[in-house]
Amino acid sequence: MDLQTFLQQFVNALSLGSLYALIAIGYTMVYGILRLINFAHGDIFMVGGYLAFYGVTTFLMPWWLAVVVAIALTTIFGVGLERVAYRPLRDSPRISIMISAIGASFLLENLAIVLFDARPKAFHVPDFFAANFILSGVHIASVSLIIPVVTAVILAVLLWMVHSTRVGMAMRAVSTDIDAARLMAIDVDRIVSITFAIGSALAAVGGIMYALKYPRLEPLMGIMPGLKCFIAAVIGGIGSIGGAVLGGLLLGIIELMTVAFLPELTGYKDAFAFVLLIVVLLVKPTGLLGKNQGEKV
Amino acid sequence: MGVPLKKINTLLALAAALALGVSVVSCSKSGDSDVIKIGVFEPLTGANGAGGADEVDGVKLANKLYPTVLGKKVVLVVVDNKSDKVEAANAATVLVQKEKVNAVIGSWGSSLSMSGGPIFAEAKTPAVAVSATNPNVTKGNEYYFRVCFLDPFQGTVNAAYAFNVLKAKKVAIIREVSNDYSVGLAKFFVDEFVKLAGDEKAIVATSDYNTGDQDFSAQLTNIKKYDPDVIFAPGNYTESALIIKQARALGMKAQFLGGDTWDENAFLEVGGAAVEGATFSTFFANDVPINKTSEAFLKSFRDEYKKEPAAVAALGFDAYRVILDAITRANSAEPQKIRDALTQTKDFEGSAGSITINAERNADKAAVFKTVKDKKFVFLTTVKP
Repeated sequence: MDLQTFLQQFVNALSLGSLYALIAIGYTMVYGILRLINFAHGDIFMVGGYLAFYGVTTFLMPWWLAVVVAIALTTIFGVGLERVAYRPLRDSPRISIMISAIGASFLLENLAIVLFDARPKAFHVPDFFAANFILSGVHIASVSLIIPVVTAVILAVLLWMVHSTRVGMAMRAVSTDIDAARLMAIDVDRIVSITFAIGSALAAVGGIMYALKYPRLEPLMGIMPGLKCFIAAVIGGIGSIGGAVLGGLLLGIIELMTVAFLPELTGYKDAFAFVLLIVVLLVKPTGLLGKNQGEKV
Repeated sequence: MGVPLKKINTLLALAAALALGVSVVSCSKSGDSDVIKIGVFEPLTGANGAGGADEVDGVKLANKLYPTVLGKKVVLVVVDNKSDKVEAANAATVLVQKEKVNAVIGSWGSSLSMSGGPIFAEAKTPAVAVSATNPNVTKGNEYYFRVCFLDPFQGTVNAAYAFNVLKAKKVAIIREVSNDYSVGLAKFFVDEFVKLAGDEKAIVATSDYNTGDQDFSAQLTNIKKYDPDVIFAPGNYTESALIIKQARALGMKAQFLGGDTWDENAFLEVGGAAVEGATFSTFFANDVPINKTSEAFLKSFRDEYKKEPAAVAALGFDAYRVILDAITRANSAEPQKIRDALTQTKDFEGSAGSITINAERNADKAAVFKTVKDKKFVFLTTVKP
């Protein structure tokens, strides 16, 4: 493999990895605070993509407005989902709330099939994102540059928020011990709602970025990225924001490099993600950056 | 009164019971044969959802125009095989065991059809594939028929087109490795192209991907360094559209060539400007009607759905009418008799060309080449077998 091809593959991998990282952050946020694996995350991601699509096509908004509206609506939707499907079960055994999450995921998928139609829809990509740069023979789509930047900005903002603001402090308190946090006069319901709002907004951003990179929307589009980004979050250490980014990048790079260097194994590239998960869990059960039951945000 | 009352009562009761029994039997009998059930076995969700929905459109239109046969109403039982081989087997079982259909239409996609095939054969229910082009769909399965051409033919004409018309010297192959249709078509293409070019090395690269994949940049980057003239990439329309899009973003200028699965509006919508010039073989052209039935089909389809039919919609329309034709000739809706009548189908004028079912239960039909021009499919040429 010559250098130019390798650089091209590296750019491809980085672009995919940072997209995974972006989605994985949302998983890890919700888990970090609530110890809840939000299986519906991939489906909220799908809803975000569709809302942006309808904003542009049905309501004829300019793309930036459609994106903002889609993120806002998805945020409200995610908070609503928590109210309906998770909050009533907060004091139930953990397994109940997990099953409720799986149920919510199936409900959203099938509802989307009914409402949005199962036929794939083409997502409108603004010229700004479709532009293409050539850097010493390496082709870089502008969306491949934008996604890592968005991921980095979100990472920085979340780290600052969790570690340096009062809300973040409350989040960490809820994460450590819900009952003790309540005794300290922390409004747990509010903190959980805020967490879900952030998680859903991140899912919406992820969904839109994904649709910009792969402009095809379908009701089940969230399942595979959802699963992979969950793996990414676990590999990095679920609950750790930095870990989610690391896991996402790692997963994207491994997936693409498998295809690049071992083309005959292409059919198994998804299997590599799962094998990696098993290996990491065997060697370091808490994930690469996870800490043992310590501060989990 | 010679006969005691008690005896009369017993007799009456007996007669009533008999009458009831008879009526129950006749009821269930007429219940079975009042309507003729045709199962529609299609992917309505998942990666092939659009293809399945287009075939269903064609079948439903045919059912609306020809709602009865032998004086009985024809009822369609539509099941979703979810673009998944396992779900397809379940859906097929539902059709033959629970719904007890007289015949089956479908499925879009050879893999899905093959998944249902053994189940239809075991239940001795005839099935007519609409656009499943892989030879193994009907091979060795006495109950599977089809109204479209086969991949050995399609692969061959594509290779000839690449060699003679496009004057390709170097060809790369991209296969959807989990799809029997794509792998089979690619093989037939490669065999023929190597023969035409007289050089094994004319195929410069082969890359694989999985159904449902979104990112093909690694495969395309690998192919790019060989600088092929033509890339033959048979596979699902949405994945294929994304492949072409990503290839253009990587600065690749090769001509893309594909099979009948690309003949879907979703291919144009997802691909946008990137798929301009993409060329493929298919069953039917909207802009050039083949015969009177095609004209009638095009008109009623446009009136009914207010859109242009996909090629597979025409084939779905034909599959339904071929089954009705078999039922008429058999003068029975019994699955076994329909099956036997289907084998005798000869010179049936379908909207996508004349259909004669041969000994292998396949239809010998011509292929149409289309290309994408100004965001529309445009007819290029017809290739006869």
